[in-house]
Amino acid sequence: MSSTIPARATAIQVERLEKRFGRFVAVHDVSFTARSGEILGFLGPNGAGKSTTLRMLCGLLRPSAGRALVDGIDVARDPESVRKRIGYMSQKFSLYQDLTVAENLRFFGGIYGLAGAHLTARIRYALQMAELADHAGSLVSELAGGWKQRLALGCAILHEPRILFLDEPTSGVDPLSRRRFWDLIHELSGAEVTCVVSTHHMDEAEYCNRIALIDRGTLVALGSPAELKRRSLGGELLRIECTPLDHALTALHDCALARDVAVFGSTLHVLVEEAGASREAIVSYLAEHGIRNARATRIDPTLEDAFVQLVGRGERPPNPVRQPVAARAAGARA
Amino acid sequence: MKARRISAIAIKEVLQVWRDPRSLMMALLVPVMQMLLLGYGVNLDIAHIPTCAYDEEASPDSIDLLKHFQASRYFHLVANLGSERQIADAIDRGRCKLAIVIPADFSREIAMTRHASVQAIVDATDDNTATLATAYARAVVQGYANDVQADLALRLAQAPAPAAIAEQSRVWFNEDLDSRNFIIPGVVALVLALVGAQLTSLTISREWERGTMELLLSTPVTPMELMIGKLLPYFAIGLVDAGICLGFALFLFAVPFRGAFATLLFTTSLFLIVVLGIGYLLSVLIPSQIGASQMAMFATIMPISLLSGYAFPIDQMPAAIQALTYIVHARYYVTILKAIFLKGSGVAALWAPIAALMVYAAVVALLAARAFRRQLA
Repeated sequence: MSSTIPARATAIQVERLEKRFGRFVAVHDVSFTARSGEILGFLGPNGAGKSTTLRMLCGLLRPSAGRALVDGIDVARDPESVRKRIGYMSQKFSLYQDLTVAENLRFFGGIYGLAGAHLTARIRYALQMAELADHAGSLVSELAGGWKQRLALGCAILHEPRILFLDEPTSGVDPLSRRRFWDLIHELSGAEVTCVVSTHHMDEAEYCNRIALIDRGTLVALGSPAELKRRSLGGELLRIECTPLDHALTALHDCALARDVAVFGSTLHVLVEEAGASREAIVSYLAEHGIRNARATRIDPTLEDAFVQLVGRGERPPNPVRQPVAARAAGARA
Repeated sequence: MKARRISAIAIKEVLQVWRDPRSLMMALLVPVMQMLLLGYGVNLDIAHIPTCAYDEEASPDSIDLLKHFQASRYFHLVANLGSERQIADAIDRGRCKLAIVIPADFSREIAMTRHASVQAIVDATDDNTATLATAYARAVVQGYANDVQADLALRLAQAPAPAAIAEQSRVWFNEDLDSRNFIIPGVVALVLALVGAQLTSLTISREWERGTMELLLSTPVTPMELMIGKLLPYFAIGLVDAGICLGFALFLFAVPFRGAFATLLFTTSLFLIVVLGIGYLLSVLIPSQIGASQMAMFATIMPISLLSGYAFPIDQMPAAIQALTYIVHARYYVTILKAIFLKGSGVAALWAPIAALMVYAAVVALLAARAFRRQLA
C-alpha cells in the first residue's frame, strides 16, 4: 500500500481479515493500518464486529481468513509473541474483584514478568496515573466504575506495551470519568503507544486521530473525524423544524433536492447539494405538501450525521451516495 | 516457563482462597466429616448378631449351651421363643438373623450316644453375614462340645483323646483381624481423592464465570505456568487435609502404623498431585463451576468406592472388572497406604504402585495442558 502517512513506523497492519462463527460472518474483509502512537477508534453499533476484530488482534481469536500483523508479528502464527507486546482491556471488566488494587497490579506485573524495583516503580506509576494511589489497599469490588476502568488501564500498561487494545473502555462510566480516561489515552499516545479503542459513543470518536466505521462486520469508512464529516456527506446539511415530522419525512423522501433525510430528535436532517440555494426550495416544497410551519437552518454535520450517511439505517435500501463516499473516505488515507 | 509468573498466580490464588473463608472451611471440615462417617460407617466385621433361641428342653445342658452363645461377642441373644412358628415370625420381622433350636432330647442324646444335634436357622438375605454367622455358631457349638468332652473325661478320670492334627495359625499384619485396620487406610485414600478433586475443580471454571479468563488469555502466561501456579496453594491445603485424615486414622481409629513417615509423605504428595490434577483437568474441560464440581464428585466417588479395593478386595472381582481397576488412581494409593500402615513397607517394595501414580500424574498434567483453551472460540 503506497502511503502518504509520515515515515512513522507501522504498528498494526491488517489485510482482508475475516472471522466466521459457523455460517455467521462476524468480520468481513477488514483492512487497515495503524501507525505508531496513533489513536484509532473503532466506531459502530453493538454487534458490528468491533470486539471480534480486537480479539483477533490480541490473539484471542484465530482469524478465519486474512492476515493481521501486530508490531510486525502475525497474530495467527505467533499469538504468544503478540501477547507479550500488547496491553488489553476487555469489554467486560475482568480484574479480580476480590483482590485489592495493589494486589491486582502486582499480579499482572508478575504475569508480565516484572519483578523487584522495576515492578514497584511501575506499580507506583500506574497508581499515580490512574489516580488510585490513596486506594491501593481497597478491594476492587468497592471501587466506582470509572476507577475500575482506570485501574484496568493501569494493569494493561504495566509492562510498557507499545500497542494497547481497549474494548469499549468507557462503557458504563460517568462523563467526567470518561473525559479523564481519554486524557490518559492521549498521554499514552504522546508516549508513542498505539491505542486501538472501540466505542459506540459518537462524542468519544471525536477524540481519536482516525476512526474506522464498522457496521455488520465490514469496515465502512476510515479517516479522521473531520475528514469523515466533511467528505462522507458529499453535500451540506439542513436542519428542518416542522410538524408533523413523519409527514415531512415521507414527503422529503420523494423530493429531488433532498439526497437523504434522517430524523434527529424532534428535527429532520436533510442532505442537500448546496445549503444556501436549497433552503428556500425545501421550505416551499414542504409547504406544497401541506407542511406550512417548516423552518430550515444550515448546520455543520456531526460525526453522527456522517455515521448515519455512511452506514445507513438498516431498514432503507443503501443510499446511492454511500458507495462513492466510502470510496472517497478510503481514498483519504491512501 | 517462568517462576515469576507461577508465583504471581500462586499468590493470587492464595489471596482468593483467603478472602473466601467459607470455601477454606469447607476444604478443612469436609475431610473431618467424611473420615468420621466413612470410618465409623464402613465396617465389615460381624458382631452382636441378633439371635433368638428356641430351647425345647430347657435343661441345665441346653441352658449351658445358650450361655456359650451369650458369652460370644458375635451373638446377642434377643429372645427366648416358645414355638417353631415364632422363629419364622422373628426372622421375618428382622428381630433376629439367627435362631438356635435345641431339641427336647438334647441332654439325653448327649448322655446316651454322645452325639446331639442343634439346629441353626439363618437369615441369608445378606449372604456374607449368613456365612459368617453360621461359621461363628459352629465354632461356639464346637467350643461347647469340647467343654463337654473335657468335663466327661474329668469325670471318668481319663485324659481326653488329643486331636490328631492341631492347627496352629498365626495372623500377620492385621493380627486382630479387625476389618477397620484394613478399611481405614482405604478411607483415607477415598476422602483425599474426593476432597482433592473438589478443591481444584473450580479454579479454571471460576475464571471463565467471573469473566477474568479473557484478560488472562491476553497475557503471555502459558497453560503449564497457570496450572502449576494454581495447583501449588491447593497442594498445601491438600497436605493439611491429608494430615487430618491420617491423624484420624492413627489416633482416633488407632490403625497400627509400621511404615516410615517419609514414605507416607512422599506417596501422599504424589497421590495429591494426581487428584488435584484430575480436578484441574475437569475444570479446564467444563467451563461452569457447578458442572465441574459435580463431575469431580461423580468421577471420583463411584469408581473409587467400588474399584479401588479400599473395602472390596480387587482379587475377588471378575477378571474384566479387575482390569478396569487399573485406571482407578486410588487403587494404587490404597495399596500403598495399606502396605505402609500394616506391613511397614518402604519405597522399594512399593515401586510398582508408585510408578503407576507417577505415570498417572504425568498423563493428567499433559492432558490438562493440552485441553486448556488458549483462545476464546
